[in-house]
Amino acid sequence: MELSQSKINVTTHYDEYIKKTKYGKIKTKAFNLSNIIINITIISLILLTVYGFISFDYKDLNLFNAIYETFTNIKTMFLSPSISHFTLTDALYQVLITIGLAFLTTLFGSIIAIILGLFAAKNLSSERVSNSIKGFVAFVRAVPTVLWVLIFAVAAGLGSVAAVIGMTFHTIGYLIKAYSESFEEIDEGVIEALKASGANWWQIIFQAVLPSSLTYILSWTFMRFEINFTNAVAMGAAAGAGGIGFELFMASGFYFNVHEVGFITYLILAFAMILEISSTRLKNNYIA
Amino acid sequence: MELDVMKKKNRKFMLFWIALIGITGFFMVITKYDPIKSFTSIPKAIVWTLTNFYPNSNSIEKLPSILSKLKETIFLSIAATTTASAFALLFGLFGSKTTKINNLLGVLSRTIASIFRNIPIVAWAMILLFSFGQNALTGYFALFFVTFGFLTRAFIETIDEASYESVEALRATGATYFQIVFQGVIPSSIPQIISWVLFMTETNIRSSTLVGILTGTGVGFVFNIYYKSMDYNSASLVVISIILTVFAIEITSNYIRRVIL
Amino acid sequence: MELLNINRLSKEYKGGTKALSNVNFSVNEGEFVSIIGPSGAGKSTLLRCINKMIDATDGEIVFDGVSVTDINRKDLRKVRTKIGMIFQHYNLVDRLSVIENVLHGRLGYKTTLEGIIGKYTEKEKKKAFDLLKKLGLKDQAYKRCDQLSGGQKQRVGIARALIQNPKLVLCDEPIASLDPNASKVIMDHLKNINVEMGITSIFNLHQVDVAMKYSDRIIGVNSGEIIYDGTPDNLSEEKIHEIYGSEAGELITE
Repeated sequence: MELSQSKINVTTHYDEYIKKTKYGKIKTKAFNLSNIIINITIISLILLTVYGFISFDYKDLNLFNAIYETFTNIKTMFLSPSISHFTLTDALYQVLITIGLAFLTTLFGSIIAIILGLFAAKNLSSERVSNSIKGFVAFVRAVPTVLWVLIFAVAAGLGSVAAVIGMTFHTIGYLIKAYSESFEEIDEGVIEALKASGANWWQIIFQAVLPSSLTYILSWTFMRFEINFTNAVAMGAAAGAGGIGFELFMASGFYFNVHEVGFITYLILAFAMILEISSTRLKNNYIA
Repeated sequence: MELDVMKKKNRKFMLFWIALIGITGFFMVITKYDPIKSFTSIPKAIVWTLTNFYPNSNSIEKLPSILSKLKETIFLSIAATTTASAFALLFGLFGSKTTKINNLLGVLSRTIASIFRNIPIVAWAMILLFSFGQNALTGYFALFFVTFGFLTRAFIETIDEASYESVEALRATGATYFQIVFQGVIPSSIPQIISWVLFMTETNIRSSTLVGILTGTGVGFVFNIYYKSMDYNSASLVVISIILTVFAIEITSNYIRRVIL
Repeated sequence: MELLNINRLSKEYKGGTKALSNVNFSVNEGEFVSIIGPSGAGKSTLLRCINKMIDATDGEIVFDGVSVTDINRKDLRKVRTKIGMIFQHYNLVDRLSVIENVLHGRLGYKTTLEGIIGKYTEKEKKKAFDLLKKLGLKDQAYKRCDQLSGGQKQRVGIARALIQNPKLVLCDEPIASLDPNASKVIMDHLKNINVEMGITSIFNLHQVDVAMKYSDRIIGVNSGEIIYDGTPDNLSEEKIHEIYGSEAGELITE
């Protein structure tokens, strides 16, 4: 392990440890599965993207015109927003409705998800129950929210009931995953100690599990509330759930009023940013 | 003393629940949410789904047209995610504390990302619809903008976490900015970056269904047609094919994550 | 011959924390200098001012005849190639191979594009292997760095510094994260570099006994000021207490 006497010179002899390419050059890269998979993934994504762009049906679109027009529209939207079909009070009331939909969804979703999350956590439940709940969650999450809402709307009619129940499905799927992972992180010793003292399952849940994961539950729930606000806007536009999303849909799809679209977008943006900032604060205070 | 504390805690607890119930009631009133109807509609929906919402021989004939639209949606999601991730990487580098060029550019790129992320995809879709019409590119750009905003934030966090120390060492050797990025930052954060890109691809399949319903493109469009014409058998086939697609992507990305992370 | 001259160096961080105030010393070619002092004394800041990883607020640093304090970007790059740096946490790119990490030491000599695609000459690669051989790591060359032990990682860090052909090596707490055995191996390697290759070395060390054993000269720092500058032999117990203040009790256990 000693350094040679002279200053570092380039030696001429070759070592059995040096790997060479077929061109006789010394290799430098580590050769392992991880790097191979990374390269394959990147190349596949690029190829699929290129193929995608070739295969899209552009329908004789004049691309430059469309991009130019969109820029003009975006400029109009953001630089001269205004409202003509309703008042500011109406608009704020509609935002309140959207927040209401998001709130109800998050509330119902989190209650159900806490219960199912307990059964999905490996340390609190049996392997079989946990896996079947997790399988159910994967299925629920695979269906887009808007389809859940529309499917429910057939039975319940278009409106807030279908929207809230449909969105609750996805919320449950998301929160069960988050909650059960935080339950699984609980110190095994605490549960064991309570078990040893003769506590039953529900006592363990209320005395140990829920108190110690409360902060996680709260910040995950708030994060979901943030997502649900955006979802509620979307459901207003696409699935007749009302609220500010519906006004957005009407302003653009019915009145073709870019100024109004701009105003509504600003309004949504403002609320979304408030939610994002408070959610980040909450996360930094409690989780990090 | 302790009893007092307990009492106070109990009172707080009570107040919390009363407030929660009050707020819930208030929102139920303004959203016209009927709790009774919601309870009765769940069994109704289950019964309806079981008796009407399944593919039959008639709908199987529509499979080729569903699959061709599904293909469009899948490629739309992948193309939007990969192209947006390239831009997001650039903005992520500018926005990260480790690799920022200067503070102004850092704040600027974080603000731009935040705006793009928080403008709902619906708004993008509707704006683009004005000039692009019923076109694949409408969906593409709508997904692109939101993905760009989301991934920029994710990449900033990834770069901040993964590479501070190696960046310092490379800076000390006299490496230039782009050498540091390609030799230090990207190798350190590439697994996380890929993981986010895969996550976003999967999310975008779902989002593009929504965008499709609004803008008349992709698999969302065919679902809407069958749904509105009450051809629920074919609509269910659309849902099943979406589920299978999302599962396939999830399984692939879980495998990739397991190997690279 | 004087290699480094530090003149009235001061550093104040945003928010008014004074890390260094009026620091003066110079280092001759071939010296082995240790800077000791309690944590937060400004050792790390001082070391990083020398290769301008941190900008000084006041004063001047002259390295190898070039003023580092107000230097342009291009010349700074040249200066940095002549100064190797070794870190407490090794600061390797964990997912790259050992040999790639060693070759990072050549980036300062390359065009931006060559560096981006990682194009190194055969001569550079052979030299990297030579260094790894000398540091006892030749059979680890194609391993990913996250598979190495702490001591091995630090040896990769040393190889990365040496391949720069440096005139000066800055070592920032090189053994603070290592166990005693690995620490000794690393310190012996670093001493060899100084003695046999004649590379000037400046160390930040927390351990007084290690500093006393290896150094030609010790600089004691407390609250951003130099309070001792001399040979290890002349460093008295009282002086150590003065340098370390309240921390002294934990350090001197002999």
